[in-house]
Amino acid sequence: MTVTPVLPKLVGQRVKRREDPRLIQGRGTYVDDVKLAGMLHLAFKRSDVAHGRILSIDTSAAEALDGVEAVFTGAQMAEMAGPLPTLLPFPAPERRAVATGVVRFVGEPVAVVVARDRYVARDAVDAIEVDYEPLPVVVDPEQAMTGEPVVLHADFPHNLMLASLPMGTGVGADGLVDDTAVDQAFADAEVVISQRMINQRLAPTPIEPRGVVAHYEPGKETLTIWSSTQSPHLLRTFMASMNGMGEDQVRAIAPEVGGGFGCKSAGSAEECVTAAVSRRLGVPVKWVEERSEAFLATNHGRDLIGYVDLAARRDGTVLGLKLRIVADVGAYNMIFTAAVPTSTMTMASGNYAIPAIRATLTEVFTNKTPTDAYRGAGRPEGIYFLERAMDMLARELGMDPAELRRKNFIRPEQFPHATQTGVVYDSGDYDKALDRALENAGWEQLKAERDAARADGRLVGLGLSMYVEVCGVGPSSALPMGGWEHSQVTVERDGRISATTGASPHGQGNETTFAQMLADQFGVPLEHIRIHHGDTAVVKQGSLGTGGSRSQAVGGAALHLAGGRVKTKMAKFAALLLEAHEADLVFENGRIGVKGAPSAAKPFAEVAAYAYRPIRLPEGLEPGLSEEAFFEPANNTYPFGCNIALLEVDRDTGEPRLLRLVAVDDAGRLINPLIVEGQVHGGLAQGIGQALIEEVVYGGDGQPLTGSLMDYALPRASDFPRFELDATVTPTPLNPLGAKGIGEAGTIGSTPCVVSAAVDALSGFGVRHIDMLLRPEKLWRIIHGARD
Amino acid sequence: MAQVSITVNGKRRSADVEPRLLLVHFLREHLNLTGAHVGCDTSQCGACTVLLDGRSAKSCTIFAVQADGAEVTTIEGLADGDRLHPLQEGFWEEHGLQCGYCTPGMIMSAVNLLNDNPAPTEQDIRDGLDGNLCRCTGYQHIVNAVQHAAGRTREG
Repeated sequence: MTVTPVLPKLVGQRVKRREDPRLIQGRGTYVDDVKLAGMLHLAFKRSDVAHGRILSIDTSAAEALDGVEAVFTGAQMAEMAGPLPTLLPFPAPERRAVATGVVRFVGEPVAVVVARDRYVARDAVDAIEVDYEPLPVVVDPEQAMTGEPVVLHADFPHNLMLASLPMGTGVGADGLVDDTAVDQAFADAEVVISQRMINQRLAPTPIEPRGVVAHYEPGKETLTIWSSTQSPHLLRTFMASMNGMGEDQVRAIAPEVGGGFGCKSAGSAEECVTAAVSRRLGVPVKWVEERSEAFLATNHGRDLIGYVDLAARRDGTVLGLKLRIVADVGAYNMIFTAAVPTSTMTMASGNYAIPAIRATLTEVFTNKTPTDAYRGAGRPEGIYFLERAMDMLARELGMDPAELRRKNFIRPEQFPHATQTGVVYDSGDYDKALDRALENAGWEQLKAERDAARADGRLVGLGLSMYVEVCGVGPSSALPMGGWEHSQVTVERDGRISATTGASPHGQGNETTFAQMLADQFGVPLEHIRIHHGDTAVVKQGSLGTGGSRSQAVGGAALHLAGGRVKTKMAKFAALLLEAHEADLVFENGRIGVKGAPSAAKPFAEVAAYAYRPIRLPEGLEPGLSEEAFFEPANNTYPFGCNIALLEVDRDTGEPRLLRLVAVDDAGRLINPLIVEGQVHGGLAQGIGQALIEEVVYGGDGQPLTGSLMDYALPRASDFPRFELDATVTPTPLNPLGAKGIGEAGTIGSTPCVVSAAVDALSGFGVRHIDMLLRPEKLWRIIHGARD
Repeated sequence: MAQVSITVNGKRRSADVEPRLLLVHFLREHLNLTGAHVGCDTSQCGACTVLLDGRSAKSCTIFAVQADGAEVTTIEGLADGDRLHPLQEGFWEEHGLQCGYCTPGMIMSAVNLLNDNPAPTEQDIRDGLDGNLCRCTGYQHIVNAVQHAAGRTREG
């Protein structure tokens, strides 16, 4: 008798990643590793003024260089490609990939060089001379709103992309606003917290800069484009429409992608230009971004000013919230630019049952790099404004910050919960996450330790913040490219499984988590499963790709549905072979057998082979085992959690030092807790980075002062303590996995938590709020009473 | 053009190169060793780190001609055939990478770190890797990976 090995269930296990062997041996293929015969190198001449009219461009010296194949100015590029795409619900100014008359930020392309190699291309860029008539510059969004000293886009008076878009209580579908309830809440208030807060501009900075290889083949009339993108299918759509081609003529490939964090969606100026130039010249063309170029040309994130008013009773009950947002979107709209801060409004209620909310959003053009999605994309800003205000309220009332939160939580029995900002939270148990965090941190003891340290003269502070965020956005009516995701699962004739997913990863480990799911679903070894992604010729369909923490909740759900369909069909073949009823079959340990009769089983591969050569075909069945699914989420998922920070400020230098960071995250059901921990760690690092060291800075003349990694501080290993993580599990009812999403959580809760800890540490100096970033000089001035 | 002869992963490689050619481009473009990555242009990120005569070096900050006559080890030359280096094992076991772009440089720096200090404390590891940036992991699993390798190295 043979013994069948028992396969362990893999979902929920810390399975080590299947992506890693190639990556730890230098065998991954990123865009810059793609080499094609006859490939030319493209480089951009970029504006070095923040606002100016192009008077002349002299490309003669560049064209004379040995190895230069072509130089294109904006006027020439405009004939080769249409305006850049946006996916906005609002009107936007037209933007050309290469400026034609006026440049509006430092880094805007003004000319394009194509050369034999990247060194020559760079020489040629340096040889181009551009003469500008300087125009007035505006970098402060609240200055820009006055329309002085200059208006960037003629059709947008006062530089307003969007003027006071209202959301919240009493906003009708017709846009009419009834302030009665909000006004009443503030009239009833015993205490009102009011604070202007800055959520500063950041640079996403994946370690792999962006890059593109485009190959137009004139004989076939096809374009293949490799891009370091999160969204290959979206890229295909954009490239087809911009180049006047059909989607059937375009193949988009996201090879190994070295991080994205929102700044690698699709439809960038560089993708458009590289594709158009390849089409013009009929040869492959490569563009790879330099890091200093990335600080100018890749979208920035955040950059919101929030005016927060929080109304409450003295017992801590929150009665109302007003949030007026001014978003500095930079010089143009990109794909999601205008949409990102709308999430700041929709998430304004946080974890609390706030009965009256008025949020308004104003988006302003300035002479800066455009903003777009950056990890969290609107939610970190909203949670920051709210949680900082809650912290100020707790301090004002002398309440424990945890108890103030608890008092206002949406209760577990109130889910699904419709907020005043018009969204419906799916599920939640906020007490559970808070309690776990308090327990893990040792909250009461920690407070005692803080007080003891203070008695010794040390400046130690505690911060606590809750968060709730939005993932897996759907349904399709909520997103311009559709809210669904696609998957196809094929059981091959040898019993191996190939699956495709439109959720194109860039470090999220989908090749592992998705294989874990199929291994359990089919009862086969992990090694027999391969997940294909990132190539529109292989992956038939996809929508947004990977972003908005949607891989599991939407992409994973599509995979699960497609797998289920194949399994149902395979069971019909197995039932025929086993002379059993489909309902009695079990798929386990590489075999398909009959429940309660372990000896009656067929090897999985034997059933698979039969399906491709069905000697007898069950009635109504086609041969083969390959099924697809589009999963359409009925609504968004809302993960949540709690962060606690312990921080000390050096009295002599003002330097803040994070001593502890305790995080409890509830992302619903987890497929691979090891990967989830990695996602949380990375998110925390970015959220803490915003609080402590990261900021994009511009001079008053619109010149970026943080144009390289020497000037923009990216967190390093020595900046952090060991993070203390834990998870609670509150499944979502919105998808068959119960998974909510975890990619951005750490970025959302940690930032206000760290700032609140710093404010707590310096509370003895009468400070209520400190705007980010927590620069040592700023803290030193608070400690030493110095004025600017 | 200048003639260089560099021993890369045990093999002697000769070529005529432009004097301004960076070592990282010599490796990537001339030898097709694309494991060393370029993540910045100011020697901050360390994604291009290789071993130059046994010491970690940022190959984007060295001209190929400066490496003439030297021995270079890249990530591709780290494993012993099919047997992964303990640091490669550590990064795999401890989920020390996500997108993988910083990983080759991070591992090569960690090789140098463990050569200098076979039993580092956590703080030693965090300080020792300060020349390498990772935007994905928050570094904790990288620290674990180096500890994992240090443990194995000590046992070995």
